[in-house]
Amino acid sequence: MAYLAQNLTKGGRELIAFRIGDQEFCVDIMSVREIRGWTPATPMPHSPSYMLGVINLRGAVLPIVDLSARLGMRRTEPSVRHVIIVAQVGQKIIGLLVEAVSDILTVTEDKIQPTPEVASEFERSFARGVLAIEGRMICLIEMDAIFGDRESEAA
Amino acid sequence: MKKKVLTVDDSRTIRNMLLVTLNNAGFETIQAEDGVEGLEVLEDCNPDVIVTDINMPRLDGFGFIEGVRRNEKYRAIPILVLTTESDAEKKNRARQAGATGWIVKPFDPTKLIDAIERVTA
Amino acid sequence: MDMNEIKEIFFQECEEQLAELESGLLRLNDGDRDPETVNAVFRAVHSIKGGAGAFGLDDLVSFAHVFETTLDCVRSGRLEPNQDVLKVMLKSADVLADLTNCARDGGSVDEARSKQLIRELEALAHGEMPSHAEAPAAKPVAAPKAAAPAAPAAPVANDQGFVPVAFSFDDFGDDMPVESVLPAYEVIFKPKADLYRKGNEATLLLRDLSRLGEMSIYCNMDALPSLEELQPENAYFTWRAVIKTDKGEDAVRAVFEFAEWDCDLEIKALEEDNGEQSDDESPMTPVPFDLSALFDEPEPPVGLVEEEERIAASEAEAAAAASNVVQLPGTKAADSAKSAPAAPAAAAAAAASAAAAAPAAQTIRVDLDRVDRLINLVGELVINQAMLSQSVIENDTNGTSSINMGLEELQQLTREIQDSVMAIRAQPVKPVFQRMARTVREIADITGKSVRLVTEGENTEVDKTVIDKLAEPLTHMIRNAVDHGLEMPEKRVALGKNPEGTVRLTAKHRSGRIIIELADDGQGINRERVRQKAIDNDLIAADANLSDEEIDNLIFHAGFSTAEKVSDLSGRGVGMDVVKRSIQALGGRISIQSKPGHGSVFTLSLPLTLAVLDGMVVTVANQTLVVPLTAIVETLQPEANSIHSFGANQRLISIRNSFCPLVDVGKILNFRYQAANPVEGVALLVESEGGGQRALMVDAIQGQRQVVIKSLEANYTHVPGIAAATILGDGRVALILDVDAVVAASRGQPLRHENALAAFG
Repeated sequence: MAYLAQNLTKGGRELIAFRIGDQEFCVDIMSVREIRGWTPATPMPHSPSYMLGVINLRGAVLPIVDLSARLGMRRTEPSVRHVIIVAQVGQKIIGLLVEAVSDILTVTEDKIQPTPEVASEFERSFARGVLAIEGRMICLIEMDAIFGDRESEAA
Repeated sequence: MKKKVLTVDDSRTIRNMLLVTLNNAGFETIQAEDGVEGLEVLEDCNPDVIVTDINMPRLDGFGFIEGVRRNEKYRAIPILVLTTESDAEKKNRARQAGATGWIVKPFDPTKLIDAIERVTA
Repeated sequence: MDMNEIKEIFFQECEEQLAELESGLLRLNDGDRDPETVNAVFRAVHSIKGGAGAFGLDDLVSFAHVFETTLDCVRSGRLEPNQDVLKVMLKSADVLADLTNCARDGGSVDEARSKQLIRELEALAHGEMPSHAEAPAAKPVAAPKAAAPAAPAAPVANDQGFVPVAFSFDDFGDDMPVESVLPAYEVIFKPKADLYRKGNEATLLLRDLSRLGEMSIYCNMDALPSLEELQPENAYFTWRAVIKTDKGEDAVRAVFEFAEWDCDLEIKALEEDNGEQSDDESPMTPVPFDLSALFDEPEPPVGLVEEEERIAASEAEAAAAASNVVQLPGTKAADSAKSAPAAPAAAAAAAASAAAAAPAAQTIRVDLDRVDRLINLVGELVINQAMLSQSVIENDTNGTSSINMGLEELQQLTREIQDSVMAIRAQPVKPVFQRMARTVREIADITGKSVRLVTEGENTEVDKTVIDKLAEPLTHMIRNAVDHGLEMPEKRVALGKNPEGTVRLTAKHRSGRIIIELADDGQGINRERVRQKAIDNDLIAADANLSDEEIDNLIFHAGFSTAEKVSDLSGRGVGMDVVKRSIQALGGRISIQSKPGHGSVFTLSLPLTLAVLDGMVVTVANQTLVVPLTAIVETLQPEANSIHSFGANQRLISIRNSFCPLVDVGKILNFRYQAANPVEGVALLVESEGGGQRALMVDAIQGQRQVVIKSLEANYTHVPGIAAATILGDGRVALILDVDAVVAASRGQPLRHENALAAFG
C-alpha cells in the first residue's frame, strides 16, 4: 500500500497486463475488482457475438465479454485455463475473458506513448496508448471508451 | 457542562429543527414524541429545561406540563411551550397548567434560544 | 442534517399527516364521534401548518390556518361535523394535499378552488359561531391567589442579622454606559407563589432586567415571617429595581413577559436624576441586593444546610434571605428535593389518565436502501443454501443424517429469514386506499353521481414496490366503476336502489398473495353492448359464440372502450387493457365477475413481493429458463394430430376445438435455428398482453420454484425477450422469460434489438 501510494504521488499508475493470443494488453489496476477463473456463462439471446453470457458473481449477474472478440480478433473458446478480469466500468461491473494475467506494471504517465498512426480507427478507439516494457509492446486499453456507459454516467 | 433540554413534540419536522437548533447552540437535547413519552424519559434525563408542543397524541402539552409539575423533583423546572400566535387561549391554559413561558411559532431559532436563556441560569 | 433534509422530512411527514387527516375525516363521515378522532384530524392540519410556517410556505400556512380554525370549532363542539361540513372538509383536505405537493414540486394549484374552500370553511366557522370574538372561552384566567401572607407576625428580616452586600454589575459582562441622560424606570416586582410553581425564577428575571442597562436593585423582606412560620411555597419578597436603559419601557416590560400573571408588577418611567431619591418615599425598607451572587455556585452556609434540605425549590427566595444566596433553579434545588415519593405515581397517573390509548407499536425509520441491501443478501443466502443442498445431494454422503438434518434446519431458517425480511418492506395498502377516496370524490363531482366508498382490510400488507405501482391501475378502475358502473341517482331511485352508489374496495391475503377486490353496486356489464362493440372493432366474429365470462373479459382487450364519448375521466385514452397489463407487469392477474343490474366485481391477485417470483423452470435448447407462473394457464403434452401447419411458418395447436398459435421459444430467442418438434416438447399455454392465448413450446419442464429476481440491467442492459435473471441451485444464472415480449415477437413484431450494445458504447 505504501508502495502504491508512493508511486501514485509521483504520478505513477499501476497497470494489470494480460495476454490475448500473442498480444499483450493492460488496464488500470484501479478499475479491476478481482480476477477469477472461468465458469460457464449463461448465454443471452440476441446479444453480440463477443457477449459470452452472464455468470453469478456472489449474487450479482455479471456479463462476460470475450475481450479478444470485442477487440476484433479471434473468438475465444473459453476453458478452465482462462481467467476473468472483473472490472468496474462506470456504474457497472463486467467480466473480461482473457487468456492469462501476465504482469503488474508500475509506470509513470510519460512512459505511455501515443497510439501509433498505423492503427485503424477501430484500434485507436480502444487504445489509450502503448507501453514499451523490456522489449515487449503492451497496449493500454481505455475501458471507458469501449465499454463506457454514457447513460448511467449522465444520470 | 452542557445544559440539557428535553423537547416534546409529535412533529418529526419540528423535532429535527429543535434538535439542530439546540445542538448548534451547544445544548444537549433529549427528545420525546408525545406527553407520555416525555414523562417517561423525564425521570432518566433530568433536564435543565423543557420545551413542549401542545397538540400531541396520547397526552397533550397541558397534561404533560401538569404531569411534570406533579413530580416533586420537577416542580420548579422551566417549561417553555411552543404555541402559535393565535393561541391566546391555549397560552393561558398552558400557564395554568404550569408553563413557564412560551415560544411563538413559526419556529425561529433565535427566539427559541433567547427564551431558553431567559428561563435558565 | 441541514435545512433541506429537514424540509424533506417535513414533506414526508405531511404525507403521513394528510393520510391521517383524510382517514380521520372519513371516520367522522361514517359517524365516528370519538373526540380523539377529531383531535387527530386537528393535529394533522396543525402539524402541517407548524412545519410550513417554519419554511415560510405562506400559501400552505394560510390555508391550513383557516382549515384549522374551522376544525377547532368542531373540536370544541361549536360545529357539528355533519355530512355537509365533512364534504367541505374532505375537499379542503384535497386542496391541502395539492398545496403541499405544490410547495414541494413547484407548479400551481387551482386558486379559485382553494379560495372558494377558504370561503366555505370560514362560513362554517362563523355561521355556527354567532360571535367569534366571545366564543373562544376567553375566560379570564383565574388569577392565582396572591400568596403573600396577609399580616406576617413580625418582620424579622433584620433581626436575623443579614448583611447587605453591595450590588455589583461586574458579573454581567457588558459595560453599561453610565450616562444619566438615559431614561430610568422604576420596576416594582412582587412575585407570587405561582411564579415559582411555573418554573419561573425571580432572580433570573432580574438578571435579564439588569442586561438592559445600569440597574440598582433593592429587596424588601418585610413580609418574610420567622423561620417557623415560613411557608416554603410562598413568596415573601418585593423587589424594587431602578434601571437606566435606552431600550424603552416595552423592553423592560418584555422581561416580565412570562411572569406577568404571577406577580404584581409596576413599571414607571422616572424623572431624570431622581431615580435614587424615590426610595425615601417608598414604604419599603429595602435591602440592596447582590444579584451576582446568585450566579456563582452557592455554598450553603453551615447551619442552614438542614433547612435547605427541608425546603424545596420554590422557596429558594426564602433561602436567599437566610443565606444571601439563591439556589440555582432546577439544579441544586431539584437535588435537594429528595422527598419525592409521589412523583412516579403522579407521572403514572398522568400517563394513565392521558389515554386509554392503545399502546402504540414502536417503530423506527430506516432507509429503504438498507432494507434492500438486506433483502439482496438474504436472496443470496437463499441461493447459497440451495446450492449447498444440491451439492450435498450430488456428492451423496450416504445418508449422513446429521448433515441432512442440519441442511433441513438451515433451509427452514433461511426461509424464515426471507419471510421476515420481506415483511420489513411490507406496508399496509392504506395510503393507496385513501388516495382512492379522493378519486371517488372527484369523479362523483364530475359525473354528478352520488358515491360512497367503503374500504376494508386497508391494513393488509404488501411489498412497498407493489403498493407504489398499484395506485395507477386502481385509480383507473375506480374511475371506470363510477363512470360506467354506477347509474345516475335518478335512475337508481327508479330501479329501487339507494340513490347513493357504493364502491367497495377490499384487500386481503390469500395463499401467499394479496387479493384486492373492487366491487360496485351499479348496472353491471352491458354484455350486448360489449359484444356489439367487439364485433365493430373486429375483435370477434359477428357470429362468435361466447360465454358471459368471455364477453366480460373482452373489456380487457386493447383499445376496447364502451364509453360513447371519451369523458375526461375514464377517457385519458386508457382502457382496461392497460390496467390489465400493469397488473400483469406486477406478476398479478385480474378477473371480472359481473351481474347485470347488480354490479361488477374486479378481482386483482398480486404477489406479496416483487423480489421473488413463482416460476416454472424449463429447458429450451439446453438452456434453463424460468417462466413466470402467473402467465401460465396450463401445460400440455402436444400430440402429433393436434399440431396443424398454417401457412409457411406458423403452426397451430388444437386445444378443445379451438386453435392456438404455437410459439417456439428457442427459435424466437435465437437459441436454435431449426424449429423444434412440438411432439418432443411441452406446450405452456400462456395468457399474454391483450388477452390472447399462445402455446409456448419448450423442450422440458424441470419443475416449479420460487426464484429471487435479479436485474440484468444492473450490469448489462435490457435483453429483448428476457424480463430478468435469477440464480438457481447450481449457482448458475437462469434467465426469466418475458412472456409478453415473446408472444409479441411471435406475432411478427421482432424482438426489438434495442441496441443491446447501448451499455457497451
